Amino acid sequence: MATDIILFVILAAIAIVSAIGMIVTRNAVHSALLLVVVMCALAIFFLGLGGPFIAMVQVAVYAGAIMVLFLFVVMLLGAERVGAQSGLKWQIPAALALGAALLVVSGLLLFSTQTTAAVEPQPAAGFETILPEACAEDVAEIQASGVVQGTPCLVGDSLFTTYLVPFEVVSILLLAAMVGAVVLTRRPREQGA
Amino acid sequence: MSSQSFALLYPYLLGLSALIFTLGVIGVLARRNALIIFMSVELMLNAANLAFVTFARQLNQLDGQVFVFFVMVVAAAEVAVGLALITTIFKTKKSTNVDDISAMRG
Repeated sequence: MATDIILFVILAAIAIVSAIGMIVTRNAVHSALLLVVVMCALAIFFLGLGGPFIAMVQVAVYAGAIMVLFLFVVMLLGAERVGAQSGLKWQIPAALALGAALLVVSGLLLFSTQTTAAVEPQPAAGFETILPEACAEDVAEIQASGVVQGTPCLVGDSLFTTYLVPFEVVSILLLAAMVGAVVLTRRPREQGA
Repeated sequence: MSSQSFALLYPYLLGLSALIFTLGVIGVLARRNALIIFMSVELMLNAANLAFVTFARQLNQLDGQVFVFFVMVVAAAEVAVGLALITTIFKTKKSTNVDDISAMRG
């Protein structure tokens, strides 16, 4: 039990310090790299919270693909150096005050007795997949330990049964985003060409 | 890693999620660079994902993790379109400062 507390404290410290550094630093490349550190720390949390598939997707898609896209655009635009703050003088104090207010409100909400009392763990015994033989090892392990693990097999099973319609909708969204990005960034065609 | 890890730490994980979300909000409110604002939005999405996975673990259900998957897909779509917009704006304005982008027509 003590090891996970130590792990939590270290990872939380890394995540918070990196997040603060991300919004403070004046170099956009440093910001992107610090965001990668936050995402990797969160991936380890996901691993500890019984989500190996989500943890791997977090590292591969988020820290890998999305942040590479960010770095690519930062370097393509040559916008590494962020200029000095201009305009509103009260902007940073106002942002800090509003952030503190948000933190207080969310903290009150989180630690109010109402929300903690409403959470009741469900038994993992009735865990089923669409095909009885599918993911047999994962299901047996879950029934033995009583703790649901988000293995690739089980997440995939859930995606293609319970969440099939959202899955298809999201795939169309991705296609639309891809077409939109291509249309937005292409060069305007010459007249008559 | 054992299956019971982080068992007593759910309130602290949710607190960490709230703190990271707040840092993302502060980043959006305080910075003027469109790229940094975008990264802060990603930070907020990640904080929400941490809350999702924590609740999924607490309720012993898989649905929260499936939802995190959808959040990641939507984030990827959002980043693709958003960065395309930033590059297009940069071509005409030569700047990523949101204060410079105040006109409706380029």
